[in-house]
Amino acid sequence: MTSHTTVHTRTLAELSAGLAAGDYTSVELTKACLSRIEQHDGEINSFITVTADNALAAAKVADDRRAAGSAGPLTGIPLAHKDIFCTQGVKTSCGSKMLDNFVAPYDATVVSRLQEAGMVTLGKTNLDEFAMGSTNESSFFGAVRNPWNTACVPGGSSGGSAAALAAGFAPAATGTDTGGSIRQPASFCGVTGIKPTYGRVSRWGMIAYASSLDQGGVFAKTAEDCGMLLQAISGFDEKDSTSADEAVPDFNGGLNSDLKGKKIGVPTEFFGEGLDAEVKALIETALKQYEAMGCELVEVSLPHMHLSVPAYYVVAPAEASSNLSRFDGVRYGHRCDNPEDLADLYLRSRAEGFGDEVKRRIMIGAYALSAGYYDAYYLKAQRIRRLIRDDFTKAFESVDAIAGPVAPTTAFKLGAMKGDPVQMYLSDVYTLALNLAGLPGMSVPAGFADGMPVGLQLIGKHFDEAGLLNLAHQYQQKTDWHSKMPAAFA
Amino acid sequence: MLRQGLKLMNQQVAVSGLKIPGVMKMSLTTEKVEQIAYLARLALDAKAVPEYAENLSSILALVEQMDTVNTDNVEPLAHPLELTQRLRADVVTEQDHRDDYQQSAPATEAGLYLVPQVID
Amino acid sequence: MEWETVIGLEIHAQLTTNSKIFSGSATTFGAEPNTQASLVDLAMPGVLPVLNAEVINCAAKFGLASNSTVAKHSVFARKNYFYPDLPKGYQISQMELPIVHDGYLDIEFEAAGKSDGKLATKRVGITRAHLEEDAGKSLHEDFQGMTGIDLNRAGTPLLEIVSEPEMSSAKEAVAYMKKIHSLVRYLGISDGNMQEGSFRCDANVSVRPVGQKELGTRAEVKNLNSFRFIEKAINHEVERQIDLIEAGGAVVQETRLYDPDKDETRSMRSKEEANDYRYFPDPDLLPVVIDDAFIEAIRAELPELPDAKRARFESEFKLGADDARQLTASREVADYFEAALAAGGEPKQAANWVNVELAGALNKADLSLGESPVTAEMLGGMLKRLADGGLTSKMAKEVFAAMWDGEGSADEVIEKRGLKPTDSSEVEGIIDGIIAANPGQVEQFRSGKEKVFGFFVGQAMKATKGQADPKQVNDLLRAKLKG
Repeated sequence: MTSHTTVHTRTLAELSAGLAAGDYTSVELTKACLSRIEQHDGEINSFITVTADNALAAAKVADDRRAAGSAGPLTGIPLAHKDIFCTQGVKTSCGSKMLDNFVAPYDATVVSRLQEAGMVTLGKTNLDEFAMGSTNESSFFGAVRNPWNTACVPGGSSGGSAAALAAGFAPAATGTDTGGSIRQPASFCGVTGIKPTYGRVSRWGMIAYASSLDQGGVFAKTAEDCGMLLQAISGFDEKDSTSADEAVPDFNGGLNSDLKGKKIGVPTEFFGEGLDAEVKALIETALKQYEAMGCELVEVSLPHMHLSVPAYYVVAPAEASSNLSRFDGVRYGHRCDNPEDLADLYLRSRAEGFGDEVKRRIMIGAYALSAGYYDAYYLKAQRIRRLIRDDFTKAFESVDAIAGPVAPTTAFKLGAMKGDPVQMYLSDVYTLALNLAGLPGMSVPAGFADGMPVGLQLIGKHFDEAGLLNLAHQYQQKTDWHSKMPAAFA
Repeated sequence: MLRQGLKLMNQQVAVSGLKIPGVMKMSLTTEKVEQIAYLARLALDAKAVPEYAENLSSILALVEQMDTVNTDNVEPLAHPLELTQRLRADVVTEQDHRDDYQQSAPATEAGLYLVPQVID
Repeated sequence: MEWETVIGLEIHAQLTTNSKIFSGSATTFGAEPNTQASLVDLAMPGVLPVLNAEVINCAAKFGLASNSTVAKHSVFARKNYFYPDLPKGYQISQMELPIVHDGYLDIEFEAAGKSDGKLATKRVGITRAHLEEDAGKSLHEDFQGMTGIDLNRAGTPLLEIVSEPEMSSAKEAVAYMKKIHSLVRYLGISDGNMQEGSFRCDANVSVRPVGQKELGTRAEVKNLNSFRFIEKAINHEVERQIDLIEAGGAVVQETRLYDPDKDETRSMRSKEEANDYRYFPDPDLLPVVIDDAFIEAIRAELPELPDAKRARFESEFKLGADDARQLTASREVADYFEAALAAGGEPKQAANWVNVELAGALNKADLSLGESPVTAEMLGGMLKRLADGGLTSKMAKEVFAAMWDGEGSADEVIEKRGLKPTDSSEVEGIIDGIIAANPGQVEQFRSGKEKVFGFFVGQAMKATKGQADPKQVNDLLRAKLKG
């Protein structure tokens, strides 16, 4: 009972040890998280739904499990799920009015695997509507604010998860990353986030935005914590045809491997004009740190990277326009009042249920796939996608990993991107290419510019999450950026 | 705020190596926007159509930067890993959960989902 | 003006799998509404499709049996449109890379103006056959003025078989459809049940002046779910188009629905508006890749196909072309025939019994072969007795009727009823008596009056109270009358 009031400063690994040592129970830990959420979430709006009763019941079960001697490393640890993962019996809104009344009848694989590990779900975090956005302002449930400066956005689309973590509401949170939706909010909120290789984590129960780009992942305070969570959610799932039947290694087994002789690729394209000078300086400092740890920095080139923005904004909306057709007001979700006829039911239910950004992307996607435009837009984008992937393949012939900034700037002010979608799209220029290529990537806290966090992006080869975690962990042994907390939430 | 926006935009345009999408080649008419909206079954408020036309046109201008690279001999890539489809054994694994699944349904009767009359 | 008709068919055959194409739901017909609709079938947010292995087997079997190429690389695509029976707002189908393509089948049909009684033959090209999921059903009974949606059928696997536009009459179209129907049933990949909608067809119909090269504008006639309807609907549509053109009008490319009650087709304009299906490869599914070993394994599994079976029936059993065709038209009949024959009957006799007597009885009772009270084994037992002289053909009819009524096997009926062909020495005695008693008629016969023979047969049958085997009576009479 002595220490659980400050548990929000602890890493997941520390909490796991504390639970194992009997320093506190899961119920105490859970209550501490719930009380912080209750006291402070009004300031940042990171949760859409808090499931206090379920959480306390699950915590009790976790404590019983520990008493019975069958607890695992994650048993009893509270976490928050991005409200894009279906949770049985709990509202799953995807940040949309469309699903404001939707109670999922099943659990996503990510959710059930973490539940089996004994984790305690605190609730569902806010996000950009249907994960479409980089600021978390498109949520039907209101914008999320950045705990480091509540006048700023937390990034998106997994802004609620990143902000909840940064505010110390939970030691772990899930997210999804279609174009940077884990890495960019992790960067903006000063937490560690990992987007695994496409196919590493099952998409079953993860509401689809763009099927060939979406990938589930996690946020935590450290790389080690991320590894523990990733261990639980990774691996083949027969319910997802795109899930890779690939052996899951012990992600944290190599955390302490020496980095001496590792080659880190530094793409010139990540450091050109337009990158904020302070952000650039911080990333360069981080790279020097790697040199100091014995890594060799190698200049590489990703000549087609600048085309990732246009290619992404064809592929993602095209898939989204089709994925979101199921929201028609027939079997679940928002239905307009008194539809005159079938067309009216569709037109109004969808118009009322979706926000502007979702409508824009649906329309762009429908247009890109429509008769006469398919080749010029969709196929063209998929060809560019191959060029982008091949650029990475070539770069990885000479390096073990690639590093650079996550975003050109720190977190934007709320409203700064309003009314100009293109401007917001362009801010994803460093993150989109990974999704197109299916590569794993991380954001690791690397300092502050003007008081706002900056993340270092680490990019690995397909299925080399362990290599990334090793790189990030070693960096976190030499730096303490990841353990900083915003003063207002310390 | 506006200043930050402009600064950001210039930065990002520069960093992306793309042209400023203010000068548009491709511009969607309001009629075309209405047509796409109908195809996607989205009722648009007539007053909002011009703004959508403007936004969508600038997105298309961004997208059309793809034309700066020749891809004649490049195969489209639909999935990053280029794996092949796995097959499921032909076994019934699902039971009836109708009542449960229809709990979120807006209108049902006798186990059916109700919609305004469908005329073939 | 002389007109020429051009018809292409799109046949949808529901595949007989246990579970749906992309989910583990049952495919049983007639279940309570929405009780066979799983999370995937309902398109709940976050669900994903996983392909049923059996549908690939089914498609490959059809491909091999229809002289087609079975694609080693095929891709599922989304066909996007909004309809309440289509839960995802798109149908998963195949577009650019179907699993089966470029094949053909030979059909036989009664050609107009052909007087030699022989059937005409024609080779019809199969453009492609692709896999797709079926939609649900809209029920139009009045639910507070609304339509009810049942998604039990949503996700049932279909093979859509698309022909080349190479048929030039309704009769050819029917012959082609029957050929496909027979083939899918032989292959065991579809039950072909047209009442339940598991085998249905859309016809693309156009007309052009004889001699014109380019095709006329076509109309697609939907909802053809019986062989009779398809013939009537096509004939009707051809007439409609010719009348229209001859009256100075033009055919509009559109979808038309056949109404069997009114025997007419009518425009379905509601389905016409702005169809832009925005096909693209389904990103939730990966390309289906199969290899030669798989194709060869499927080939090894193929049953004997109708054309091969028919040829074998003709050569092995010395059956005529008509008998063989009739017996092999469906796999059930062919199997029944062979099973009946296995008991030891005579092939021609067996063919006659199956094609005529049994078919007639079933038809009269409105039963399918599977429902026949006389099993193949029972008929075989009877045929054996017929062949070994244990029954006369007249008695056989009695035995058959008794078996039909449930009196047991042929031998049981024979024993119960004490059926026994009259002893030949007994018949001989009777015949000798008749010859002796009618010297005038004997004289007439011997002088060449063949007609008198009938008199002797009549007398003999009368004397044996009809129990004698007519063949035996004939043979004995001829021998004795020759003197």
